Amino acid sequence: MEFPEELKYTEEHEWVLVEDELAVIGITDFAQDALGDVVFVELPEVGTVLEAGKAFGVVESVKAVSDIYAPISGTVEEINDDLVEAPEIINTSPYEDGWMIKIRMADVSDADALMDAEAYQALIEEES
Amino acid sequence: MKKTPLNQVHRELGARMVDFGGWDMPVQYSGVIEEHLAVRQAAGLFDVSHMGEIEVTGADALAFIQHLTINDAVKLVDGQIQYSAFCYPEGGVVDDVTLYRFNESHFLFCVNASNTDKDFAWMQQVLAESAMNDVTLNNRSSEFAQLALQGPKSEEILAALTNVVLADIVYYHFCEGVVADVKMIISRTGYTGEEGFELYLPATAAVKVWQQLLVAGVPHGLLPIGLGARDTLRLEKGYALYGHELSENISPLEAGLAWITKLDKPDFVGKAALLAQKNHGIPRRRVGLVMQERGIPREGYPVFDGDREVGVVTSGTMSPTLKVGIALALVEPAAAGVDSELQVAIRNRRMSAKVVRTPFVK
Repeated sequence: MEFPEELKYTEEHEWVLVEDELAVIGITDFAQDALGDVVFVELPEVGTVLEAGKAFGVVESVKAVSDIYAPISGTVEEINDDLVEAPEIINTSPYEDGWMIKIRMADVSDADALMDAEAYQALIEEES
Repeated sequence: MKKTPLNQVHRELGARMVDFGGWDMPVQYSGVIEEHLAVRQAAGLFDVSHMGEIEVTGADALAFIQHLTINDAVKLVDGQIQYSAFCYPEGGVVDDVTLYRFNESHFLFCVNASNTDKDFAWMQQVLAESAMNDVTLNNRSSEFAQLALQGPKSEEILAALTNVVLADIVYYHFCEGVVADVKMIISRTGYTGEEGFELYLPATAAVKVWQQLLVAGVPHGLLPIGLGARDTLRLEKGYALYGHELSENISPLEAGLAWITKLDKPDFVGKAALLAQKNHGIPRRRVGLVMQERGIPREGYPVFDGDREVGVVTSGTMSPTLKVGIALALVEPAAAGVDSELQVAIRNRRMSAKVVRTPFVK
C-alpha cells in the first residue's frame, strides 16, 4: 500500500496535490483496493463549484457505488477524460494517471489542514 | 458466521471475505472482472458448499414432490435433474431449486443457502398438511460440500481426476462416481451459462478435492472464483436470483419462469393463485435492460417510460463481457416489449435503456 509523501489526505480516502493555486484530487491506493475493479466514474463538469466535505462525484465498482467527497472548496478547472473510457486506471495508478479533477482552490491554505502521509497511514492502520 | 470446510483455504488464497446470508464467504480473490473473464474463457472453481441439500425418500416421495413443486417431476428419469420452485398458496416463491432424481423413491433438492432452513420447515409443513405417509425428509446440508467447476476447459480439467466418462453425462443429468479418489455426485449443471459441473461431495473431502482441482486446472487458466463474479456471470445469462427476481412477493409467472410452471399438473401448492394470475393478466413482467447511455443500473433504481414510473431494477451491474450496464427489471406489461425504450433513474438523472431478450451474452 502506497502513501506518497508529497500528498495530503482525507479521512474519506481522497488525496490532494497542491500545484500553485490548483489542487489535483483523486482517491487513495487504500480506497481503490477496497473498491475492487472500478468500472465507472462520474465527475462534475468544468466550472462546478465544490464545497469541502460535500460529495462531488461517484466511483463505481462492479458491486457498489461510492461517493467521492471534496477535500477542500474550489472550482473545477479540469477533469480527467481518460477515466471515461478506462476507469480501471484508478486501480492501476490511483495517484498519477488516475487523478480525477483539478480545482482552483477557494483558499490556497485550505490544504494545509489536511492529513499528511504519516497521519493518513496511521489512520489506515487503526482501521484495519 | 457459518463457515464452509474451505474457509481457511479461501483466506490463504487472499480472498476478500464477506457475510453472505450468515456465511463467511469469498467475494473475490484476484478481482471480479478477472475471475468473470476466466470462467468465460478458461475455467473457474467455486466453493458453493453453503448451498443446501434436502433429501426426499419413500414410496410417496414423487407424489409429495409433485404437490410441493411447480414443475412436472413425473417426467424425470433416474439421473435426471430439473429446475423448479416451491410456491406459497398466494403464488409467491418460497425458493427456486434444482431437483435430482436418483430413483422413484429417492430425490434430492439443492436449495439456496439463505433459504435452507426456511425451505426445510416449509417442506415439513406441506408434508404434515398432506395425506401422504411414506415420505421421509432429511436436511443433509451439513454433510455435503459443493464445488462448481465452470468454463470451456472444465471438462478437460475434471477428466484428469476421474475415470468417469464425462461425455456420457448430458446437460441436466448426473451420475455418482469417483473424482480424486472421492465418491461424489457429478452433475452437468451450473449457474454461469458455460460448460461445467457441480460436484456434491462429503464435507470432509472438500479441501482435498478443491486443491487437486486447482492443481489440475491452473495450467489451463483455472482461477478460484468468488461470489462477486458468480453474480455477474449469472446476470449476463439472465438467470434469476432469489431475493431479487424471485421472492415471496414475486410469482414465477412475473419472474419469467412460466416455462417451469406446469399449470396443467394436478394440484400443487400455489396452483390456484397462479392460474388466476394467468387468467386475469400477469401484473408485472421481468425484462432485460441494456443501458443506451453511460451509467450502471442497480437494484432498486426506478424504471420510467417517459413521465410514468413503470417498474424497478431487480439486479444490475456493469457487464464485464459487454462493457455496458445491464439489468433485470420488473415492469408493467405495457413497457415490457422487446426494443421498448425506457429510462432508469440513476441518482438524479434518467438514463435511457432498451428492453432486450436475455441472455445478454450468448
